[in-house]
Amino acid sequence: MTEVNRVDGGLIDRTRPMRFRFDGKEMTGYQGDTLASALLANGVRLMGRSFKYHRPRGPLTAGSEEPNALVELREGARKEPNTRATTAELFDGLVAQSQNRWPSLAFDALAINDGLAPLFAAGFYYKTFMWPASFWEKLYEPIIRRAAGLGSLSLKDDPDEYDKGFLHCDVLVIGGGPAGLAAALRAGEAGARVILADEDFVIGGRLNAETYEVGGGAGHAWAAEAAGKLAAMPNVRVMPRTTILGAFDHGVYGALERVSDHLPVPPDGKPRQMLWRIYAQRSILAAGATERPVVFDNNDRPGIMLASAMRAYVNRWGAAPARRVAVFTNNDDGHRTAADLAARGVTVAAVIDTRENAPSGTGYEVISGAYVTDTAGRRGLSSIEVRTPDGGSRRIECGALGVSGGWNPNVHLTCHQRGRPTWDESLHAFVPGGTLPPGMSVAGAASGAFSTHAALRSGAEIAGTVLEGLGRRVPAPDLPEAEDAPVNIAPFWVVEGANRAWVDQQNDVTAKDVRLAHQENFVSVEHLKRYTTLGMATDQGKTSNMAGLAIMAQVAGKNIADVGTTMFRPPYTPTAIGAFAGRSRGKDFRPVRKTPSHKWAEEQGAPFVEVGMWLRAQYFPQPGETQWRQSVDREALAVRNSVGICDVTTLGKVDVQGADAAEFLNRIYANGFAKLAVGKTRYGLMLREDGIAMDDGTAARLAEDHFVVTTTTANAVPVYRHMEFVRQCLYPDMDVQLISTTEAWAQFAVAGPNSRKLLQKIVDPDFDLSNEGFPFMACGEVTVCGGLRARLFRISFSGELAFEIAVPTRYGDALVRRLMQAGEEFGAVPYGTEALGVLRIEKGHAAGSELNGTITAHNLGMGKMVSKKKDSIGSTLSEREGLNTPDALKLVGLKALDAGSPVPAGAHLMTRGSAVDAAHDQGYVTSACYSPNLGCHIGLAFLKSGDERTGERVRLVSPLTGIDHEVEVVSPHFVDPEGGRLRA
Amino acid sequence: MHDLAPLTPLGAAKPRTDTIGDWTLTEVTDRALASVAARLGREEEAARIVADLLGAEAPAPSRLSGGEIAAFWSGPDQWMIEAPLKTHEALAAQLSARAGGAISVTEQTDAWCRFDLTGPDLPRVLERLCPVDVHRLVGGEAIRTTMEHMGCFLICRTPVHVSILGPRSSAGSLHHALETAMRAAK
Repeated sequence: MTEVNRVDGGLIDRTRPMRFRFDGKEMTGYQGDTLASALLANGVRLMGRSFKYHRPRGPLTAGSEEPNALVELREGARKEPNTRATTAELFDGLVAQSQNRWPSLAFDALAINDGLAPLFAAGFYYKTFMWPASFWEKLYEPIIRRAAGLGSLSLKDDPDEYDKGFLHCDVLVIGGGPAGLAAALRAGEAGARVILADEDFVIGGRLNAETYEVGGGAGHAWAAEAAGKLAAMPNVRVMPRTTILGAFDHGVYGALERVSDHLPVPPDGKPRQMLWRIYAQRSILAAGATERPVVFDNNDRPGIMLASAMRAYVNRWGAAPARRVAVFTNNDDGHRTAADLAARGVTVAAVIDTRENAPSGTGYEVISGAYVTDTAGRRGLSSIEVRTPDGGSRRIECGALGVSGGWNPNVHLTCHQRGRPTWDESLHAFVPGGTLPPGMSVAGAASGAFSTHAALRSGAEIAGTVLEGLGRRVPAPDLPEAEDAPVNIAPFWVVEGANRAWVDQQNDVTAKDVRLAHQENFVSVEHLKRYTTLGMATDQGKTSNMAGLAIMAQVAGKNIADVGTTMFRPPYTPTAIGAFAGRSRGKDFRPVRKTPSHKWAEEQGAPFVEVGMWLRAQYFPQPGETQWRQSVDREALAVRNSVGICDVTTLGKVDVQGADAAEFLNRIYANGFAKLAVGKTRYGLMLREDGIAMDDGTAARLAEDHFVVTTTTANAVPVYRHMEFVRQCLYPDMDVQLISTTEAWAQFAVAGPNSRKLLQKIVDPDFDLSNEGFPFMACGEVTVCGGLRARLFRISFSGELAFEIAVPTRYGDALVRRLMQAGEEFGAVPYGTEALGVLRIEKGHAAGSELNGTITAHNLGMGKMVSKKKDSIGSTLSEREGLNTPDALKLVGLKALDAGSPVPAGAHLMTRGSAVDAAHDQGYVTSACYSPNLGCHIGLAFLKSGDERTGERVRLVSPLTGIDHEVEVVSPHFVDPEGGRLRA
Repeated sequence: MHDLAPLTPLGAAKPRTDTIGDWTLTEVTDRALASVAARLGREEEAARIVADLLGAEAPAPSRLSGGEIAAFWSGPDQWMIEAPLKTHEALAAQLSARAGGAISVTEQTDAWCRFDLTGPDLPRVLERLCPVDVHRLVGGEAIRTTMEHMGCFLICRTPVHVSILGPRSSAGSLHHALETAMRAAK
C-alpha cells in the first residue's frame, strides 16, 4: 500500500521510514507518526468497529481522548488491547490488529446488530436479560461479552517490567502547550524546582498542530526551543510521554511515564512504563482543551472527525484524511481547518457554518446558517447532506468531514478532590471553578484562555503568582508575540430531529438513547450515565459528555449549568494494572525474610513454608521418606526421645530497658512481672484494651533494668507497635526504652531429654547447665564454642527438657552446623514448623490459631493469670459479663476414638442428634495434628464449658470434608500434664 | 577465640560487590552497630556521651555525624552508633560500661544488612526506591524510609556515597531491589 494521502510538511522525519502492519497488511510511515496518522496517510480511514452495533469507525480525534480507533497493539504476550491508535507512536515493525470484528474489519458479521438497533436501545440489558436470573452468568453474559466489547487479552503473563519512583518539586506544570511552556519557563528562570509533564511524545501541545507564528517563527519551533531551554536548566525536569493521572491528597500527583512504549521491546533492565508519585508544593494545570463534536444523524462514519484533529493530521503529520473534505462548524475555529487544509492542497468542498454571519473563506465555499443532516458511505464517508438556510438540501461529495462544536477546557484534574466546574456563558463551556485541589492553579485553554497569546500570558502570570506564593522573586515575563483571536461561537449541540446520531461513539449511545433515558425518568446526570453507559469506558466521555448534557438540558427544559456534570475521577487516561503493581508481582510480590539457618536448611532439602514474610523450614526429609508425615512423625518422636534442633529466630524479640522496665511489663502483661528475679524467664499473656488475648510469649530478665520480651512470629510487629504506643502515649512518664532485636540474634530451640548433654558440648565449660545451676525458666548470658557471646534460656514449647540458645545472627549458620555435629552421638535431628506444631499441640500450648482475636484468658483456661493485684491493659474489660458466662468456651483437647479417624482443624462440635447449624454449635477445633506419641489424631478446641466435660464424647462435624463422628474430650495437655519432663 | 565462621547477610563467606553502569553496590559487614537511647530525664547527659564518643555534636534529627566512629539519629533522644567491627565487636557492652546508667544500649550489629552505593548521580537510582527527596541530599543526612516495603535507613555520607541499612533477614530482597533500580536507571 502506498501513502496516497501523505501531503507535504509536518513534524515527521521523512529520512526515517518505518514499516508496520495493520490487520496483516504491510504499510510505511515515518518517525514521528502515530499509528493513526500513518494509517490515514496510507488511505485507511476504517480502524475499528463500534462496541454495540459493530458500525465501522475511524479516528474521531488525534489524541488521548479518542473513543473509536482502538486496536490490539503488538503480538504474543505483549499484545495490548484497546490501545488508542491516535497516541501509539509508530516504530519500525509495529503490528496492530483491529478488534471487535469477525471475520474481518471490512466485513463484520455482527454488523447485523446495526440493523437490529431498535432492540438495543438504552437500558436494553436491564429490560431484556431479566429472566430467568440463573441465565445471566452462564448464558447472557458470555454471549454479550463475545458480541459487544473491546479487544481481547493475550491471556499470557506480561513479559515487561514496571517501575515506581518518587519525585519532588516546587512547581508541577501539567501540560507542555503554550501555557505550560510559558509557566515552566518563568518558574525555571526564577530558580524554582520545576517538573513539566506532557502526555505527548513531542512537547508543544497544539503549537505542533497549528500554523500560527509565535515570536515571529513557527509555533512548533518556538515550542521546541522552549523545551530545549527548559531541559538545559538543572532545576527543571522535562517529562514527555508522561500523563498526570490524578491529583491526590497533600499535593501528591500520580504520573505515568511511558518509558519504552515507542520501542519494539524495552531495553534490557528498563521498565516498559513507570508510575511516579510526584510531591509538588504547587501545580499549574495547563492541560489544554478538547474540541467537541456536533450530534447529527450518521455522524460516526470513518472520515468524520473533529476539525482540530483534521488539521493536526495535516499540519503535524502531513496526513490528510481524504483528498476532498468539508468542515461543519459553529465557531471561527472550524474555519482554520479549512484554511490550513486548502493551503496544503487538499480540496475543501465547503465549510458549513451554523451561524448566519459566518466569515468568508478564500478558495472554498462557506455555507452560512446551514447544518449537516445526514451522511452516506458504507465503510467511510462519501458524501454529506446539508440543510441550507432556505430550507433546501444539498448533497456534497467528500471523503472526510471536520466537525467543530467549540472547545471544552480539560478541567478533569481540578475535580479530582470533588470540586465541580462552573459554566461559562461566553465560552459555552465548563471552566474550572469551586474548590480546586490545594496548591493547584489553572492556566491556558484549561482555564478558558483559548488564544495562543492568552495561553502564553496566563501561563506566565499564573506562574508569577505561584512563585510569589512560594516566596520567590520573579523576573518580568518576556512573552513572544502570538495570535490573539477572540472566541466567536454560537452554541449548537444537536441537529434537530437527529436520532441515530451518535453522542458517545465509544459506547454507541445515540441522541435517542439520551432522550429515552430521560423519558424513563433517569433524570439525574449520574443515572443517565449508568443507564445509557454514556461517558464510560476508556475515553471516559471526553468527547461525548457535553453533548449528552446538552440533550438532557433540552429535554428537561433546563440550562446545561443546572444539569451539571458527573464526577471526574482518576486516572485521567487508561492505565495498565501492571503500572500500579510495579515490581510487586510473582516472587517479588513482597520481600522475603530468611532465617539464619536458611542456607543450611536448603542444603538439607527442606521445603519452606511462608510464615508472615518469613520462609521457615517445614520439615527435613530423610532418604526413603516418601511422604511429609513420615518426616514429621520421625522428627516429633526424636525430640521426645532424644534431642531436636529448630530455628526459632522468627519469634519477635523486643529489648526493654529502663528503670521502669519491670513496671512497664506489669502494665503490658496481664500477669505480674515486677517480682521476676534477674536470671529468670516468665510466660506472659498480653491482652488488648478490650480484654481479648493479643499475644503470648516470654520475658527474660537479664538485669534489674533489662528484659527481653519474645512474641509470636506473626505478631512480632503488631506487639512491638503496641508496646511503643503504650510507652509513648499511655506512659510517657515511665523510664523505658524499646528496640527490636529480632534480627540481631539467631535463636535455636534445643529440645529433648538429651538437650542438656548436647549443649554442654557447645556452651563453654565455665557455665553450669545442671538442673541446679540452670533450672527451668533460667536465663543468662553465656559464651559458646570458645568465647562467642550468646544468650541461653531454659524454656520449652515442646514440653521436654529444652533450651533456646541465641548467638549474633552472622554465626547462626555455623552454630546449627556445630549443634548437628555435636548432636550426632545422640541422634539429634533438625525439626521444622510441622513437628514444632505437633509438639506444642501435644503439650497444649496455645498459638496463633488459638489467639484468634475472639478469645480471652478465661477461654484459654488462664483466667487466674489476669492479676487483680495490679492494673494492666485489658484487665478491666476482661471482666465483662458476656465474656465470663458459665457456658463460655474453654480450651480442651480432643482425641480420635481410633487411629484412623481424623480431627480436622476448623471442624465444629455439635450437639448429638441435632441439626448441623449455629443454634446447636458447641465449639470448634483450632489446631489439629496426628500425634506420633499417642498414635492417633488429636486437636485443640474451644468447647462450651469444656473444662467440665473431660471424658465426654462429643460430635465433630466438618461438612466440607464430609466428617461427622465422635471424639473424646481430654485435657489439652496430652503429654506430661504434670510438667515433670521440662523440669528434669 | 571461638571458631565459628560468620556468614554475610546475603549468605556467603565474603561480602558481595556488584558494578552496574557507573555504580558500585557493596555489601558491608565490617561495622558494629549499637543503639543508644537516653534514660528519662537524662537526655542532655546522653547527648554528651554520644558527642564525646564522636568528637562532634550528637546528630540532630535526620543527620549523621562523626568519622571512623559515627552516629546517626534514629528517634527523639535515640541514636545508632557505628564503629569498626574489628575493634568494637563488643560495642554495646563498651558503651554501656561508660554510660553510668544515663543511656540504654542495645546491640544492633546483626539486626541490619548494609549496602553501600557509590558513583555519580546517585539520585537517579534512589528516586526509584524511596519517597525521600533524594535530589536534595548533600551529605550528612540519615533518613528513615521504606524501600519496596522494607523499613530502611538511607544514610548519605557524601553525594557519591550512600549506605542503605535494611532488615538483615531481607538482605536478598533489598539487594535485588537495589540492583534492579541500578539497571533501570542505567
